[in-house]
Amino acid sequence: MSQNTLFDKVWDLHKVADLPGGSSQLFIGLHLIHEVTSPQAFGALKDKNLNVKFPSRTIATVDHIVPTDNQSRPFKDTLAEQMIDTLEKNCKKHKIKFFNIGSGSQGIVHVVAPELGLTQPGMTIACGDSHTSTHGAFGSIAFGIGTSQVRDVLASQTLAMNKLKVRQIWCKNRLSEGVFAKDLVLHIINKLGVKAGVGYAYEFSGPAIDLLSMEERMTICNMSIEGGARCGYVNPDQITFKYIQERQFAPKNENWARAVEWWQSLASEKDAKYDDVVLIDASQVEPTVTWGITPGQSIGVSQKIPELKELSIDDQFIAGEAYEYMGLSPGQAIKNTPIDVCFIGSCTNGRISDLRVAAEIIQNHKVSPNVKAFVVPGSEKVAKAAIEEGLDKIFKEAGFQWREPGCSMCLAMNPDKLTGNQVSASSSNRNFKGRQGSPSGRTLLMSPAMVAAAAIEGKVSDVREFLKK
Amino acid sequence: MKEEFQAPQGKILKINGICMSLEGDDIDTDRIIPARFLKCVDFESLGDAVFEDDRKDFKGKHPFDLKTNQSASILIVNSNFGCGSSREHAPQALMRWGIRAIIGESFAEIFYSNCLAIGIPCFTLPKKKIKSLQDRSREETLFFEIDIKNIIAFEKSIAHHLELKESSKNMFLSGEWDATSTLLNNIELIERKINELPYINLNKLRIT
Ligand code: SF4
Repeated sequence: MSQNTLFDKVWDLHKVADLPGGSSQLFIGLHLIHEVTSPQAFGALKDKNLNVKFPSRTIATVDHIVPTDNQSRPFKDTLAEQMIDTLEKNCKKHKIKFFNIGSGSQGIVHVVAPELGLTQPGMTIACGDSHTSTHGAFGSIAFGIGTSQVRDVLASQTLAMNKLKVRQIWCKNRLSEGVFAKDLVLHIINKLGVKAGVGYAYEFSGPAIDLLSMEERMTICNMSIEGGARCGYVNPDQITFKYIQERQFAPKNENWARAVEWWQSLASEKDAKYDDVVLIDASQVEPTVTWGITPGQSIGVSQKIPELKELSIDDQFIAGEAYEYMGLSPGQAIKNTPIDVCFIGSCTNGRISDLRVAAEIIQNHKVSPNVKAFVVPGSEKVAKAAIEEGLDKIFKEAGFQWREPGCSMCLAMNPDKLTGNQVSASSSNRNFKGRQGSPSGRTLLMSPAMVAAAAIEGKVSDVREFLKK
Repeated sequence: MKEEFQAPQGKILKINGICMSLEGDDIDTDRIIPARFLKCVDFESLGDAVFEDDRKDFKGKHPFDLKTNQSASILIVNSNFGCGSSREHAPQALMRWGIRAIIGESFAEIFYSNCLAIGIPCFTLPKKKIKSLQDRSREETLFFEIDIKNIIAFEKSIAHHLELKESSKNMFLSGEWDATSTLLNNIELIERKINELPYINLNKLRIT
């Protein structure tokens, strides 16, 4: 059993009671909601004649269904309009703070909460969305929940949960030039497998993690869930504190120093005990691309798609399915695979630093004529910052479409979708069958820089060759 | 849908039903219910849409379309079932189609807890046993009477010993899986906790 890790400390602090069934009742410090997984929860409250217990601990925004071309209301899609309207009404009725379109702070829930300074070390954070693990980058315990649990948090600000085990993923050395946080996390998922994290919280630590910016740490924690771990975190340090300072909901004045002192006390102790420890050499990671239908099916850009016999028995079944669905053959190089659509955005890689990196690659180049490329900033704040820096112009001049913030083609609940069996190079987090809106559409996950390189060449390319030029 | 839908309620002690098999590892919730069906403000109409895209591909031969499976209520799956998105729409769609219990090699975490929260037990069995049940359920009608207290699925004279987390078992037996009222029983403790947390009342911030 783990001891003295950040996870243990934050868990113990938030534990309300042991429940008769054997699970724990955990207090949720920050509850984030959006339009897709909350309406049924509010409906259930009404059925049970219950109220929202602590409305000030819940914050709402709208992201999954918003169109990114024309956001004027009512939305053309009447179902989408009904969803945002329901959220507006629920927030109003229950006095929940709602960052709506045009507020200046709307965006993907996992981009918005950190940039507002809502996400802080030592909190428990829950949201009806599996990528809630993102917030662990700040040294919080953050996890996705289903709609019935959203109902429970609204009603009681608590959840019934079983304590997770803790696996430390120690990343030694440092990432090399042209290799990004996205590559590292894809590499980790590939090494450990997509279900290795079931029952675990992942602690990402070691020199390679210490060097990462907050936005890069968010990319890593974001994809913990793709490795099966409901929750991933990084111990808070000066980089964390600096990111939070001065943000809208950050502690102010004399509270700031006190908060920092408390946050520092939360990090895992030197003598902490873990249930498991894994060592990863960050210097060995290449720009990484998925070739299959799970985020674990990835290879370095210079490698070849594995043959069945190179894979463990457990991985062979899904690999067979992947070759067929993707139309790719074992032994084939992933480099030069033709691309139809390039998507830069999502809660994994739709932040300002992601847009900067991609813009740097794309500058003075043109999008290949066969490719439809678009950028969807993660939030209104990201969009504003990018426009101030002139990034939108760089993208537009190169032939990218510049869109309004939202989840967009990460899950294709809005009109942005793949058609037929198009292949997309995507900075998002899931390459499941049909994920990007076409039942036969194919997704290759990669870093935003690699998506930019693919956009220019019209095929999977090694971004390191662009850096040399 | 076969009969009028009724959600599980209260204590769940026994689940009886016909088994159906769905083969494949890492079946994610996007496949169970594609994102376009999430555009709804209630779960009611999800049952018919379960596995819609996969079913189109199989042209009537998907397990959820086979005539022999139409009255099945126990689903037998392989490993990492329900990975991916946290959408409760996935277990809701399965439940509204008629599934009342799932037996598999392993389950993704959020999917498992979503099932628990709506009263659908997810039992586990080793790979070999799953395979043999899946093979048999294609050839014959398997009818199970699952006794949750003893975690046994009775099939005529055979008793299959399933696995179920102790805490989940207790929650089904007591009705506590429907968690809201259990959680609200501790309202005083919750209120005490909120006053104790350093970040909620910043003036009290201190190292403990
Ligand atoms: S960007 Fe994608 S993964 Fe992130 S919250 Fe939106 S839909 Fe989910």
